[in-house]
Amino acid sequence: MKKRRYGIGAIALIAASALALSGCAAGGSDDSASGDTSAVITANGSEPQNPLIPTNTNETGGGKILDSIFAGLEYYDATGAPQLDMAESIDTDDSQTFTIKVKADQTFSNGDPVDADSFINAWQYGALLSNEQLNSYFFEDIEGFSYDADSPLTGLTKVDDLTFTVKLKEARSDFPLRLGYSAFYPLPKSAFDDMEAFGQNPVGNGPYKLASDTAWAHNEKIDLVPNEAYKGGRQAKNGGLTIVFYASEDAAYADLLGGNLDVLDAVPSSAFGNYESDLGDRAVNQPAAIFQSFTIPERLAHFGNDEEGKLRRQAISMAINRDEITDVIFSGTRTPASDFTSPVIDGWSDSLEGADVLKFNADEAKKLWAQADAISPWSGTFQIAYNADGGHADWVDAVSNNIKNTLGIDASGAPYPTFAEARTAITDRSIQTAFRTGWQADYPGLFNFLGPLYATNASSNDGDYSNPEFDKLLQEGSSTADADEANTDFQKAQEILLKDLPAIPLWYSNVVGGYGENVQNVEFGWNSVPLFYEITKN
Amino acid sequence: MAGYILRRLLQAIPVLLGTTFLIYFMVFAMPGDPLLALFGDKTPNPALLERLRQEYHLDQPFIVQYFLYLGGIFRGDFGTSFSGEAVSDILARTFPVTIRLAILALIIEFVGGVLIGLYSGLRKGKLFDGTALIVSLVFISLPIFVIAFVGQYVFGIQLGWARTTVSTGAPIQDLILPAFVLASISLAQLIRLTRASVIETAGLDFVRTAYGKGLSRRRIIPVHILRNSLIPVVTYAATDFGVLLVGATVTEGIFNVPGVGRTLYQAIIRGEGPTVVSFVTVMVLIYLVVNLVVDLLYGLLDPRIRYVK
Repeated sequence: MKKRRYGIGAIALIAASALALSGCAAGGSDDSASGDTSAVITANGSEPQNPLIPTNTNETGGGKILDSIFAGLEYYDATGAPQLDMAESIDTDDSQTFTIKVKADQTFSNGDPVDADSFINAWQYGALLSNEQLNSYFFEDIEGFSYDADSPLTGLTKVDDLTFTVKLKEARSDFPLRLGYSAFYPLPKSAFDDMEAFGQNPVGNGPYKLASDTAWAHNEKIDLVPNEAYKGGRQAKNGGLTIVFYASEDAAYADLLGGNLDVLDAVPSSAFGNYESDLGDRAVNQPAAIFQSFTIPERLAHFGNDEEGKLRRQAISMAINRDEITDVIFSGTRTPASDFTSPVIDGWSDSLEGADVLKFNADEAKKLWAQADAISPWSGTFQIAYNADGGHADWVDAVSNNIKNTLGIDASGAPYPTFAEARTAITDRSIQTAFRTGWQADYPGLFNFLGPLYATNASSNDGDYSNPEFDKLLQEGSSTADADEANTDFQKAQEILLKDLPAIPLWYSNVVGGYGENVQNVEFGWNSVPLFYEITKN
Repeated sequence: MAGYILRRLLQAIPVLLGTTFLIYFMVFAMPGDPLLALFGDKTPNPALLERLRQEYHLDQPFIVQYFLYLGGIFRGDFGTSFSGEAVSDILARTFPVTIRLAILALIIEFVGGVLIGLYSGLRKGKLFDGTALIVSLVFISLPIFVIAFVGQYVFGIQLGWARTTVSTGAPIQDLILPAFVLASISLAQLIRLTRASVIETAGLDFVRTAYGKGLSRRRIIPVHILRNSLIPVVTYAATDFGVLLVGATVTEGIFNVPGVGRTLYQAIIRGEGPTVVSFVTVMVLIYLVVNLVVDLLYGLLDPRIRYVK
């Protein structure tokens, strides 16, 4: 999901640092206040790609803002654990029917009540096909949902003003975990009068609210101030939040060094070599819920779901030296993968059975490839497609060279000029090579990394992988009410993936960021976004 | 004169229609589905995609899309971006910023270029002249992003004289550094151009005659030499102004200037047809007007050039 577009800074920064060998005084900013709770925090962001409607925002630029100005039934704390926010309780006996009680006396910043209706109406709106909401698929499990026609969510029933029930089409043990995601946020009554106007000037119930009617200065910034109506666990400890929209990460990084920006959650790749010395202990580098891989579709010759295909996939996986690539190319800002999910997710394990296949082992790789050749001899070039506008060329070349050198076959990258072009070829299945795939979790659960990507006919199953055994384990994990039991099932399902390798796991993207000298209590959440409400400034 | 201007303006109509058609065609021909890119690495469901296509008319043949767009323009409707903002609002927001930046850069390069070039030309072969030539050569050969990054690092981060990026509303004081960066290469060109032109003019007969008549240097240099040296300089500066007005993608990106170049770049990346075409249309319009003004300026500088009919 995350798209890096820039990368021309490297040469210039080298030139710049050569010119400025002496001195390291940062440019003074003009804040005179010290240690007060009225100081406004400035943070890095990007212009939202869509109107600010929770069910219509699926990228981080808008997501960051929505998470600050809305509050769902739950929020995720720094570790990704769900904490009740607007909800008093979420109960279920069978993981299929959920009874949700909303806390009393909660309001939106305009005074509209946060009640059962505010959730039901928002979800109904988000799910309806004719409303064309980008996040509508989040409601697919609720009874009544349809992709093909306008159909109300019959599974939502209001019990009383503060209570409603949700009935799913089938059991989903991780449904409560999803409820912290922005698609499930409530909407005030006023939103439905004019959704278009609401999208430009949203009224929420979160820790912050828009500073004014014109707080969203397109392409420049958005000003948020604390919302007194919010009574949940994310009380703002600062005087407000200004999210500045940068066109390039290099500009944001320069502002951080220049003292004009307090918190940065994306250090540009051109600064990977020196950000730690620039920022010292204010540099942040920790794993995030982003999984990177490349998918080998089963329709490719020699890579079918059979003995030969499995051998070749395993050989290719073992031919890749993940430790070296993450270290040399990414300067340690990626963590080599040991499964198909992410270390920040509850239930993650680095010791799954068969995880050895993700370790570099040239001899074993050669042996497996030879075994596959004995079944059917290999010819041609192994190619990995990627979008050239996303800064992927370096690692694709490195992986290709690993494969080439270890297996002694031709391997290369296959660049597509733009992201749109690559996605089009992948979606219409016209692509005849392996291709880069990535997944940023929407909510901190193992299922989110597995179901949408590898279940038979799942929406983002771009490689058309299908294994009934895997589907069955996912199903079992989903229908149990016990979270640990569910995670055990999901881990078993992953062990099947490690044998079949529908995609070759590469690494987890880290969140690489930093903060200014004047701010404290900067903590990054499970989704790579800083917990803005905790930050203080002096 | 009035007839000439009118004719030039009428010529602009077919040029505008032609360019919008071409640009629209090129955006249309860009491979890849912009709507798919909206969903990141996730694959949207086909029914939703179909509805979005209808909304943005992406399901229509190219020629129908073009005429729908053109029809909208005549009603003052330039279309909307994916984020739901009217393209006319985006135009109204970004062009003033870029115009401010362009005027600032033009002043820097024209005043600096002419003064330094004139001084250099009059003192041909002296130390000042040699230094100006070498320094200008260095600037001409540097890519603009190097100048921008170095400027940002030295003046923004190390010395703290300027903000590293432009703050909200793009106030003039924040635009000075980007304007210097933007002007630097043209400034170097103008120094060399003015210098060469001044040297040439200073050697002409009428200048010798002026000296012979006993006129003072104070009168000869501005009126006889400088004015007659300015034609190539004005042509260059005016064309450059046109270039500055249509935005500087790299510089605007580095200094985070919310102007035309940065916005257009993002629109191209996102495949927002209406935004791209509207911007380019306005840019073509600006180019046509600037060119007309340049042609009229010639007449002022050199009375021998006159436009009749």
